[in-house]
Amino acid sequence: MRTPVIEIKDLWFAFNKHLVLKAVNLTIYPNEFLALIGPNGGGKTTLIKLMLGLLKTEHGKVLIFGQKPKQVAHLIGYVPQDVRINTNFPISVHDVVLMGRLHPRQGWVRYSRKDHIIVQNALEKLGMWQYRNERIKQLSGGQRQRAFIARALAVEPEILFLDEPIANVDTKGQTEIFSLLKDLNKSITILVVSHDFMVLSSYIKAVACVNQRVHFHAAAEITDEMLEMAYHCPVELIAHGIPHRVLRKHEEH
Amino acid sequence: MFDALQFEFIRNAILAGVVAGVVCGIIGTFVVVNRIVFLAGGIAHAAYGGIGLAFFFGLNYLACTLSFTIFVALLMAAIMLNAKNRSDTFIGVLWAVGMAMGVLLLDLTPGYHVDLMSYLFGSILTVSQSDLWLMLGLGALIVLVASYFYKDFLALSYDAEFAQLRGVPIKFLYFLLIGMIALSVVMLIRVVGLILVIALLTISPYIAEKYAGSLQKMIFFSVLLNLLFTLVGLWLSYTYNLTCGATIIMVSAGGFFISLLGDRIKHFRLRLKPISNKAK
Repeated sequence: MRTPVIEIKDLWFAFNKHLVLKAVNLTIYPNEFLALIGPNGGGKTTLIKLMLGLLKTEHGKVLIFGQKPKQVAHLIGYVPQDVRINTNFPISVHDVVLMGRLHPRQGWVRYSRKDHIIVQNALEKLGMWQYRNERIKQLSGGQRQRAFIARALAVEPEILFLDEPIANVDTKGQTEIFSLLKDLNKSITILVVSHDFMVLSSYIKAVACVNQRVHFHAAAEITDEMLEMAYHCPVELIAHGIPHRVLRKHEEH
Repeated sequence: MFDALQFEFIRNAILAGVVAGVVCGIIGTFVVVNRIVFLAGGIAHAAYGGIGLAFFFGLNYLACTLSFTIFVALLMAAIMLNAKNRSDTFIGVLWAVGMAMGVLLLDLTPGYHVDLMSYLFGSILTVSQSDLWLMLGLGALIVLVASYFYKDFLALSYDAEFAQLRGVPIKFLYFLLIGMIALSVVMLIRVVGLILVIALLTISPYIAEKYAGSLQKMIFFSVLLNLLFTLVGLWLSYTYNLTCGATIIMVSAGGFFISLLGDRIKHFRLRLKPISNKAK
C-alpha cells in the first residue's frame, strides 16, 4: 500500500469554545488533486492551517509525510486566502517570490544563483516575470494572486495548498492557472479550496466537503452522481447551490 | 553657520543627531511597516518609570533605565502576541503607569528635582563625549543586528504566516525587534527626548514608505530624511536660539505636511488629466 502524504486522525478543533472541526479523518495519497469545498465558516481555512502547522491541534493527529507539520513545513507551498494583507508594504513582486527561497538564520548570506533561477522560472510560469519590479500595491487582484502562487512554487514544494487561488482571476486566467496546477500535479500533491466548483471539476481528482465534519469523495472526475453526492453533504448549499443551478440551466438547453 | 562648528558641543550635537537619525531610520522603518507605532510610543513613555527608579534608589542611570524599559517592552510584546485584540488598551495602561511611576518616584527622591522637560525634549546640546561613544556603540550594534536578520525581518513584517512556514523563528524575532526599539529609546531619551524619538521613528519612515520600492530603500530614505530634518533643525535652533528637540520635530512635521500636500497635488493632477485630454 502507498504511504499517505497527509494523515488526519480524529481531529477536533475549536476557536474560543466555538467548535470548528469535529471528528475529522482524512487520508491523502501522493499525487492527489483534492478540492476542499464547503460553506463560509465551514472550517476549510482552519483545516488547511492545521495541516500547515500554523494552528496547533487540540485533539487528534495531523501527520504530513508521517511527521508533525512543523518538521516538514519547508516541503509545503502555501497560497493564503487573503492576498490583500499589507498591500501598502514597500516590496516588489520579485522580493515577494524570493520569500519562497528564504532559509532562516542565513544572516548576511545572500540568495544564491540557483534561488534566483528558481524564482525566475516560477514568475515566468505565471506570466509575471515582466512585472517583477512592480511594487505589490500596483498590481491588480489577479496579478497579486499569481505572484503569491509563484511564491508558493518557488518553495519547490511536494505538497501545495491553495486557499481560493482564483477568487480575483478572470476566466481565461483561471483556466491558465488550473492547467498549470494540473501539470504540476504529475509530481506533487495539491489541495485547493475553491467556490468555483465548475471550473475545478475538470481538473481535480477528488472532493472533500468541509462543514465541521469532512466527507471525502474519491472520483476521477465530477460526475452528476458526484454532484449528487456533494449535495448530500451536511452543507448549507452556498458553494454547491450556485454551480448546481448553472448546471441545471445548461442541461435544460 | 560654519563658525558654529568650532564649538565642541555643537560638533557633539551634530554627531548625536546623525547617530539618532540613522538608528531611528532603521528601527522606525520596522515600527511603521509592522504598525506598532503605538507600542513604540508606549515603550518610550514607560521608560520614564525606569528613570524614576534609577534616581529613587540611586542606581546607575543607564543600567536601571535600560533593564526596566526592556522588561516593559517585552511585557508589551508578549501582550501583543497573546491578546492581540485587546493589546492597545493594555499598552495604553502600561504607557500611563510607567510615566506616572517615574513622576512619583522623582517626587519622593529627596533633594533632587529632575526637569521632566529635559526627558521629553532632551538636551542634545549637552551630549558629552562619553554619551557619544555609548551611542556609537549601541548604534553599531543595532545596524549589525538589523542587517544580519534583514531577510527574516522582511518576511516577518510582510507575511508572518509564510515566514513561519519557512522556519523563521517569528516569536524570537518579534521580541528581538521590540527589544531593539527599547534599546534605541533608552539610548536616545536623554539626548533627544522621548517625543523626538517617536517623531524620528515615525515621520521619516512614513514619508519614505510612499516612495520606496523596497524595504531596503525605505530604510535608506528614512535615514536620509532623518539626517536632513535633524541637521536643518539644529541649524535653525542655533540661529534663532530655539529649543533644539522641538525645532527638529517642527522641521520633521513640516516635511510630513509637504509630503501630504505633494500627494494631494499628484492626486488632483491625475484627476485633471482625462478632462484636459478631452479638451484636446
